[in-house]
Formats: sequence, C-alpha cells, structure tokens
Amino acid sequence: MAQVIDTPPAGDWPRIRTVGFDGMLVSFGETLNEPANRAALAFRAAVERAGWNGVEESATSLVSCFLRFDPLYLGHDTLRTDLETLLAERNWYDADLPQGRRLWRIPTIWGTDLAPQLEEAAHQAGLSVKDAIQSLSSEPVRVQTIGFAPGQPYLGELPSCWDIPRQQDLSARIPEGALAVAIRQFVLFSVTTPTGWRHVGQTAIRLFRPESETPFVLRPGDEVIFPPVSREEFENIRSSGPDGGASFEVIR
Amino acid sequence: MTGTVTIRKAGPGLSLQDMGRPGYLVHGVSRGGAADPLALAEGVALLSQSPDAAALEMAGMGGEFTADRDLRIALTGADMRATMDGAPLVWNASHPWPEGAVLSIGAARLGTYGYLHVGGGFDTPKRLGSRSAHLGAGLGTLLDDGETLPVGTDAGKTTGQVLVPDPRFDGGALRVLPSLQTDFFPADVLERFEATEFHRDIRGNRMGARMNSDGPGFLTDGGLSVLSEVIVPGDIQVTGDGTPFVLLAECQTTGGYPRIGTVLPCDLPKVAQAQPGAGLRFHFVTLEQAIEAETRARDAVKGLRSKVQPLIRDPRDMPDLLSYQLISGAIAGNEEI
Repeated sequence: MAQVIDTPPAGDWPRIRTVGFDGMLVSFGETLNEPANRAALAFRAAVERAGWNGVEESATSLVSCFLRFDPLYLGHDTLRTDLETLLAERNWYDADLPQGRRLWRIPTIWGTDLAPQLEEAAHQAGLSVKDAIQSLSSEPVRVQTIGFAPGQPYLGELPSCWDIPRQQDLSARIPEGALAVAIRQFVLFSVTTPTGWRHVGQTAIRLFRPESETPFVLRPGDEVIFPPVSREEFENIRSSGPDGGASFEVIR
Repeated sequence: MTGTVTIRKAGPGLSLQDMGRPGYLVHGVSRGGAADPLALAEGVALLSQSPDAAALEMAGMGGEFTADRDLRIALTGADMRATMDGAPLVWNASHPWPEGAVLSIGAARLGTYGYLHVGGGFDTPKRLGSRSAHLGAGLGTLLDDGETLPVGTDAGKTTGQVLVPDPRFDGGALRVLPSLQTDFFPADVLERFEATEFHRDIRGNRMGARMNSDGPGFLTDGGLSVLSEVIVPGDIQVTGDGTPFVLLAECQTTGGYPRIGTVLPCDLPKVAQAQPGAGLRFHFVTLEQAIEAETRARDAVKGLRSKVQPLIRDPRDMPDLLSYQLISGAIAGNEEI
C-alpha cells in the first residue's frame, strides 16, 4: 500500500493544551493530515507504554492525543513537563503506524433505496454515479480515529473531489452500518443516529458488539475497502450474522 | 440476603446508573454514569456501602415499586414526594423497605434527577465494566412497567439516617475554565457570556442541557471551521446560532462545535439538577481556583459518611431544628421528620 507522505506541519506544533479540569491534549496539527494522524497514534502508544501514575486514560482524535488524569494527584505542570520530554524524544511525524494493522473488506451496496444520497454526493463531487462508486470502492481508506459513537470510525483520506461539505440540515436518521461521506472522509455508522453526512453506501457490519469478547471491531490504523455487491448478495450477507460478510488480513 | 425489586409503574426516565465506564474513550464510548455523581455518593454514605453500587436514576419523577424481601433504601438527589404504603418518607434519608410494601415516588419538587438506592446495590450484569445504562451507546435501556431488578447482598443493617445535601437543585453560579476555543470568542462576547443569566431548557437530557437566554447569541469571529476534537463532560459547545449547550455525563466523545469554556466537574451536578427555568450564571476561574474547588469537593465527598445523622422522628425532640438546612421550599411541613 503506497503511503502518501506529506510535509509535517510547521510552526508551533505539536502543542500541549488543557481540556477542562482533568484533560490534557497534545495536538500535532490544525488540520487533518496523514503525518499528524500517524504522530497522534504513535504518541498515544508511547503514553500508554509510559504508564504514568495519575493518568487515567488516553485516546486519540484525528490529529491529537488526549489524556485524562487526576490533577489532585498528578499536577498539571508535572504532566506537561513529562509530555514535553516525551515529545522531544523523536520526530513523531515520521513514526510507524501501529503494529498488527489489518486490511478489511466490508461488502457494500452502493446507492439504491438503501443508501439514497449517492447520486447527490456524486453530483457534489462532479462525478457520474458509476465513477463515484469506482472512486469510493476501489482504494483502501484508513481508520483515522474512532469516535463520536462506540467503535465508529472516521476513514480517509478520499480523493480531493470528495472534499464536499456536510449537509446544512441533518438527516433525521441514518441506520447502523451506513457509509456516509463528507470532507474527504467516510463515517461508517455503529449506531442509528441523526447526521449531516451523506448516505452513499450500506453495509451489514455491526461495529459495536457489547456482548462479545472483542466489543470493538475496528482499530485506528486499520485499512478498509468497500467492494460493491448486488442487492441479492447483500440480503444474504445481512441475514448471515454481525460480520456482514466482512473479512480481514493482517497487513505486513 | 438478596432479592428482587419490581417496577410496578415506571416514570418516563428510569435507568440504572453507577459511576460509569471510564477507559473506553479511545473506542468512542463516553464514561456516562449518574447525571449527579454526588447523589450517588450520598446514597453510598447513607447505606454505608461500596461506592460502585448501582442506583436507580429517576428523571423528573419516580414510579411505584415493590420488593420481594426486606430491603434497605436511601433516597437522594432531586427531592421527590415519596411514600411507603402511603406513609410519607423523608428524602435524603435511609429507610427500611419491608417485603411487599409499595414504595411510591412522585414528581420532583426541586431539581431533576432523584435516586433510589438499595442496600447491596442493584445487581444486574456489568457490561464493559459498568451497570450504567448508556442510551446513546445502545448499552441498556430506560426501564419500563413490570421489569424486575436483582438486588445484591446487603452487608449493612442501619436505616433511619439522614444527610443534609449540598445545595445544587436550583441553579446558581457555575465555575468555568477556558477551553480549546475560548480565545476564538471576542472579548465583549465573553464578557456578555459571564454577565448573562441562563435558563436550562426543558428539553435537557443525560447528554446535555441547552442554555437559553434573552438577547443575541454568543458567536465566534467569522465563519469558523473547527476540526472535530475530543469532548469532555462540562464542555460548553456553542452551536451555529450562538446557543450554548453544556455537555453532561452521556455526551459524545468528539465534536466540531467551538467550545466557549468547560464547567468544573464539581459544579456539573448543578447543571444536571437545575430544573427548567432555574437561573444559571457562568464565570471563569483560574486553574489554581479550580484545583482549590475540586480539592474541597473531593474532601466533602470523603467526609459524607461522617455527616450522616440519625433521623429524629419528632421535631419537638430536635432542639437545633433551625440549624438543619431543610432546603427552602422543599418541605411541605406535614412530613414525618
């Protein structure tokens, strides 16, 4: 898989900021870009390895690593100094992606009444429906972060023609398994929810399985490709269980 | 001794809550848990039991309940009219709940979220380390008529204890720290934000509360596009029309609206509990002031058990009755005190 290497952001990045009373955020850029996303993932892995007393959990967003800590036990200044020291250890923008990443294939029905906004989104991107499906289904996209809802990935980066805005008005209900597009990203919905993203594909995968040994299917750094299937295949897949016909192989 | 509680009639917003499920932010699951964690701690103190016991959270009103064994209960949070087989029960107190007796909990008289605690805690299976319903995540649901809830083993025996709650049910001042986008708001907007009295919108829920005010909204400079970033409970998001929303326990984990500030964790129960229409004001504090406030709040939680007192049954036997803060307006005067 070819990696696009952009130039790391210049200037005053990375930056350390407080979030509320008990949060600290290490941000690697102001806009979403591949090196900053990679830096955030690698930095969070390093924070977890460090296992500092007083840090209660960590997470990544698109270009940042978040730490929740107990400021009455671990002072803001101490944590900031520890983070600065860790940041200085290396150039995080050229860090490797996480180990054990997987390439997923998640069968998808594009358009039809199951994903009614494909035509509209294709028009926004300046493509025919056929070219839109080709463009969205032929290359893998990466899980940049998990967030908003349980196990729900933001995936990218899509070709530049997909830099289309979110809708002004929210769709009242987008179903679980829906694949929606905006701002050069997909969201693959893990819950049924209102959204401003345009619904272009439908999958049958359940990304959040609270009763399972592995409640969360996708991990940041995983790659996903969404091959088109027919309505008939889709209906078979849908009745076959929570995987929705998805398969994966480990990326080496 | 274990038992079962049956919900004969459920109010519209009953759910089991404990301290929530920390550690899943990385997977997109916010901590959740009780909308008013202090009310949970008060129940724990009244029943002298484990801080991770789950209680029944009741939004706006309670319901009607029976138990198939003798149990102990405590009632905390928003003061609701409660009776046991028709006899009035004092709120913020622990009581025996005899097998078969009908516990009836009505509408909130002050505040939003009331809590019914049982000795031994509600003992439903944990999911991802917690018994809390997280409606946004699809974990658990609101409880309905006819449902039964298992109760864990109760190691305690004492009832008839009372606790004077920290006042937090009628709005007031909220201490706020600057957030990631506070600087994007012009100085005069921030000034107006601090000077405005807000009223909690009636549509609030466990995810957040909309703050209504007279006058113009609170807008940032120019058309602002903020990259989606992590959200924490207490964050005050400002939507496109300039309306602030204070995010609560069950908020999403990321969001793209600018945040004007973050309410201190120790003041968040005031937002959750404010009844619709109650006046709320925000004012910015320094990190030092925040640490002082949080230290004091944590010490107060640790000291709750030492503040529990015997519930004296006859007011004529209470020479210092006037020293009890019985929450003005919350006591009708004919209760069994």
